[in-house]
Amino acid sequence: MEFGPHLLLASLEGAVAAAVLALTALGLSLVFGVMRVVNVAHGEFFMLGAVLAWWFANLVVGNPALGFIIALVGAPLVVGVMALIADRLVLRRLHYDPEATIVATIGMLYILQQLALTFYGPDARPVVAPINFRVNFPWFGYSGYKFIVIAAAVVLMLGVWLLLARTKIGLIMRATQYDREMAQAFGIPVQRVYAGVFALGAMLAAVAAVLIVPIQQAHYLMGQDPLLLSFIVVIIGGLGSLRGTVVAAIFIGMSDGIISVFFSPTLAKILATLLVAMVLVYRPAGLFGARTA
Amino acid sequence: MLDVREIDCFYGDVQVLRGLSLHVQPGEILCLLGRNGAGKTTTLKAIMGLVRVRAGTISLDGRALSDMTAPEVPRLGLGYVPQGRRLFAELTVAENLEIGLMTRGHGAETRDRTLGLFPVLRERLNQRAGTLSGGEQQMLAMARALCLDPSVLLLDEPTEGLMPSMIGRIRDVVVSLREAGVATILVEQRVDAVLSIADRVCFIESGRSRETLAAEAVRDRPDLLQRYVGVGAV
Repeated sequence: MEFGPHLLLASLEGAVAAAVLALTALGLSLVFGVMRVVNVAHGEFFMLGAVLAWWFANLVVGNPALGFIIALVGAPLVVGVMALIADRLVLRRLHYDPEATIVATIGMLYILQQLALTFYGPDARPVVAPINFRVNFPWFGYSGYKFIVIAAAVVLMLGVWLLLARTKIGLIMRATQYDREMAQAFGIPVQRVYAGVFALGAMLAAVAAVLIVPIQQAHYLMGQDPLLLSFIVVIIGGLGSLRGTVVAAIFIGMSDGIISVFFSPTLAKILATLLVAMVLVYRPAGLFGARTA
Repeated sequence: MLDVREIDCFYGDVQVLRGLSLHVQPGEILCLLGRNGAGKTTTLKAIMGLVRVRAGTISLDGRALSDMTAPEVPRLGLGYVPQGRRLFAELTVAENLEIGLMTRGHGAETRDRTLGLFPVLRERLNQRAGTLSGGEQQMLAMARALCLDPSVLLLDEPTEGLMPSMIGRIRDVVVSLREAGVATILVEQRVDAVLSIADRVCFIESGRSRETLAAEAVRDRPDLLQRYVGVGAV
């Protein structure tokens, strides 16, 4: 294949990766931004979304589209409930202390991973795509479902933006993010806001996993890469900056896709990690993060 | 009205308030005077439920505030203007006011009445709070608290760092609130400004309420001002 079509193919792969990464990292960024909690278990919520998608999809035999739609709704909801339980049993008891919650979420990571291994097993299992069509370019054909993944991610991100910028719930979340104590002084139930944000963050990771699982397969260790890439994205974008998260996700996702196609996935991860190091040295607050004195 | 009885408060293991008591009636301005670190700000935070009360009681019209969670307290009609304003700097003026209005479910009427007290904010509704001047930020901090339609207003150094004209404006609003029956607890360093509007003065020292006097009586007691605040006669 010539360079031009090869670059187009790589860019399309990068766009799919960027869309899924943006959704996943948005959840991590939201949780850190509002709660100041670095959720190391975020990748496991992604993994649970994929594993539950496989389970829900297999409830319906002979109709992959219906099974996938049930998974798309059911998996994020179950993951959201699990996040609420984790918030109630762990994070709230630690008073959302930033250091203590890092250790606690590391513990949650291993608990969720081992639960998946115990009940789901070590095998990678596929979920059938809800629709199967090809978009034909002059040089190659490309999966239509991947375009749907990109479109769905964009719609979901717009939905999150609308929630934050245009609704009372979003206003309450932003006020809590800027000053927790003053939010309480104005009647905002901060603990309930935190629980809701933690669940929303986990659900974003889960829905990203449901979208990608027809392409990637569900596996109990599949949360590791999304966690690493999400951290890379939120550090480059600026911790807590949703705009920065989306921009960085597009950049990292596209470069990951293009470098993976032309060279190797390992080189893509090396360059992304190097970029994080450069950002931490020269712009510690990230590209869009607020600079503090 | 608001009754604070023998409260003890701690930051970690350090006791900050030791059996502090005070009360304020509707339409009364009570000023808390004391040196830095005496416990004035902590007293306001304890009333708002932002600092836990380990002993003693705080009640509003017989309802125990000290048993409530922090978000429940403002819903009973306690407005708080903290030291340093503590605005939601990234939110717009309108959004800051909306936060106040949401607390007790008040709407356009309360918003318009509040903006009537601070007309300059009406021209800044879509501006980010953090970009306002110091005086405008103080007005917004007061307006945000007044959007709760409070029966008790707690003001922590509202004139700190403001120009004289702005101080006069804040003072006029506090006086007009007294006429509307709002009880005000005012923490202020400027003794002269305080004595011109306060009804009573409570001197606080080392976390204890030492003496409470009518404001006019304080003018005749420079010894108290010297002892508790470190200033001479005013």
